[in-house]
Amino acid sequence: MNKKQKKMLARILIAAALMIALSFVPVSGLPRFLLYLVPYLTVGYDILWKAGKGIVNRQVFDECFLMAVATVGAMALAVWQDGDYTEAIAVMLFYQIGEWFQSYAVDKSRRNISELMDIRPDYANIQRDGRLEKVDPDEVAVGTLIYVQPGEKVPIDGVVEAGTSTLNTSALTGESLPRETAPGDEIISGCVNLTGLLTIRTTREFGDSTVSKILDLVENASSRKSHSENFISRFARIYTPAVCISALVLALLPPVVRLLFLDSAANWGDWLYRALTFLVISCPCALVISIPLSFFAGIGGASKAGVLVKGSNYLELLSKTNCVVFDKTGTLTQGNFQVVGLYPEGRTEKALLEYAALAESASSHPISKSLRDAWGEALDLERVTDIQEQSGKGVLATVDGHAVAAGNRRLMEALKLPCPEERQLGTVVHVAVDGAYAGHIVIADVLKPNAPAAIAGLRKVGVDQTVMLTGDLRPVAEQVAGELGIDQVYSELLPGDKVEKVEALLAEQPTQGKLAFVGDGINDAPVLSRADIGIAMGAMGSDAAIEAADVVLMDDDPLKLVKAIRIAKKCMGIVRQNTVFAIGIKLACLVLGAVGLASMWLAIFADVGVMVLAVLNAIRAMFVKKL
Amino acid sequence: MKKSYKIEVDCANCANKMEVAAQKTQGVKDAVVNFMTLKMNVEFEEGQDPKTVMEEVRKNCKKVEDDCEIFL
Repeated sequence: MNKKQKKMLARILIAAALMIALSFVPVSGLPRFLLYLVPYLTVGYDILWKAGKGIVNRQVFDECFLMAVATVGAMALAVWQDGDYTEAIAVMLFYQIGEWFQSYAVDKSRRNISELMDIRPDYANIQRDGRLEKVDPDEVAVGTLIYVQPGEKVPIDGVVEAGTSTLNTSALTGESLPRETAPGDEIISGCVNLTGLLTIRTTREFGDSTVSKILDLVENASSRKSHSENFISRFARIYTPAVCISALVLALLPPVVRLLFLDSAANWGDWLYRALTFLVISCPCALVISIPLSFFAGIGGASKAGVLVKGSNYLELLSKTNCVVFDKTGTLTQGNFQVVGLYPEGRTEKALLEYAALAESASSHPISKSLRDAWGEALDLERVTDIQEQSGKGVLATVDGHAVAAGNRRLMEALKLPCPEERQLGTVVHVAVDGAYAGHIVIADVLKPNAPAAIAGLRKVGVDQTVMLTGDLRPVAEQVAGELGIDQVYSELLPGDKVEKVEALLAEQPTQGKLAFVGDGINDAPVLSRADIGIAMGAMGSDAAIEAADVVLMDDDPLKLVKAIRIAKKCMGIVRQNTVFAIGIKLACLVLGAVGLASMWLAIFADVGVMVLAVLNAIRAMFVKKL
Repeated sequence: MKKSYKIEVDCANCANKMEVAAQKTQGVKDAVVNFMTLKMNVEFEEGQDPKTVMEEVRKNCKKVEDDCEIFL
């Protein structure tokens, strides 16, 4: 609680106590009025003061002014009628309680959400005169050596110079599995060093480091307002004047009609009371606070789970996702090629792989790297001589005195060797030893372990259409799509074709459905910006992706996409509940007030109650762990 | 040109009123008030001096909501 809130709370308590005490004091007439004026002014003097200022500034629909009119009116009615001043005081009291609660709850959730994103490093350790010294990370120049001890946050992006350790990246990615790091590895600010001392050479300034970018993004996210928020602001703008005008009509029209046409008593007091009840409900606060608070909480919760949403509007769009378009490589597949099949002829699998790996040992082609990775052990390069690269075909080399040829079908054809059908899809390396066919090795991009679960999960959260775009060959693409259960595949696409395909798909979407494009953030900026929602995956440390995308999944687990949609749906559900609930209760109170069934007590009670419930409901959007 | 300012305001509806008041101020192209982060992002029209424009914005905001502050 801050000072203002404490003071307000004290005023509320004093006024409430005074009001209860006064009910035991048997006075009447003017002394009674004056006595009751004390709690009224205690709790409401600032409202009256602000109302006065509002009039000077010609702000007729200021809620302080309306509250002042309502309570002063109720006081006047009480003087004139029965001397029951408690109603006016209660209205002021509850109004203030509502304001106080709102201020307290908003403050609290502001703090909670910034704690969720507690990744801001406070200092960096640098060496000065042989001693470690803590400095402001802002002051560290690029290329400085910084030291991160176990338990500390990495303050600035850099490269590990010395030391090995494990890192906790959960604040960035929501992933609780620690990562290993060793000299030469890039390291990202915001990770927590768990085990060993690390010496890091910074590669960026603090302001350009991952952690600063993420914080900036999350803090500004709620400035991009959603339709729901804009709707509520527009609603609030017409709601208050509309209710006030209705109140005026209610105070004047029925009594006049009764007098002139029905020949009955005007009941001025009665109708005035009903009109004042209207004014009590005229403040749109419950609505106006609960909607942005829901989005703020939702965005905060999502970032804790490693899903950065760049604006409330994107959270809204995400909840309406109907079609998800994947760029295959890097999202559904690992994006690095691995040996997935060995088909030797007349030799062991191991021998086949060894010959191929040795023959390709000098090549920098990704394929030879996959072969070496599959072999796993160090290769004795002295066993390989006479390496000849055959451009576009493969290599010829002498391994342990045997002539080895490793390459594609065209190489085998050039050597006039029979080449059997490949038994598995992928990139195939055929191997021949001493002029005889020795078998083939299949290399392919492998699926991410969670990819099938992610596609199945998307269906469960209401995505009707899944599409895969890839530059790969058609059989490979279709095999992957088949394994995952993807609806549509477009293969052999050039980068430019992807934009066209997405545009065509956008045109096919139903008006309410939104299209999300998921890429790995490398070279797909145009497509990311063309789709309704651009989602970049595995973007930890990739600035380009963070900039181009609307939603950033920090780690590369495709299941996070399902989670992101679930978070969005939950948040939008809360927004809808709050909107309907708050508007509904207000309208109900207005109707009951107009026919004389709701007293001011009920009106203010309902009004404040709705706000408290809506705010509590909004905060629920922050809890996303179990989604 | 865009600039971000820290603000202080107590209620969400007042923040909305400030937003409208800021948008209507001469020299302001667009303004967004974020009640949750207590920030006002203002986009100025070409060739306007942010400082003088913001003085006006503050004056207009004070008119619609007396109990607010913009930290220039």
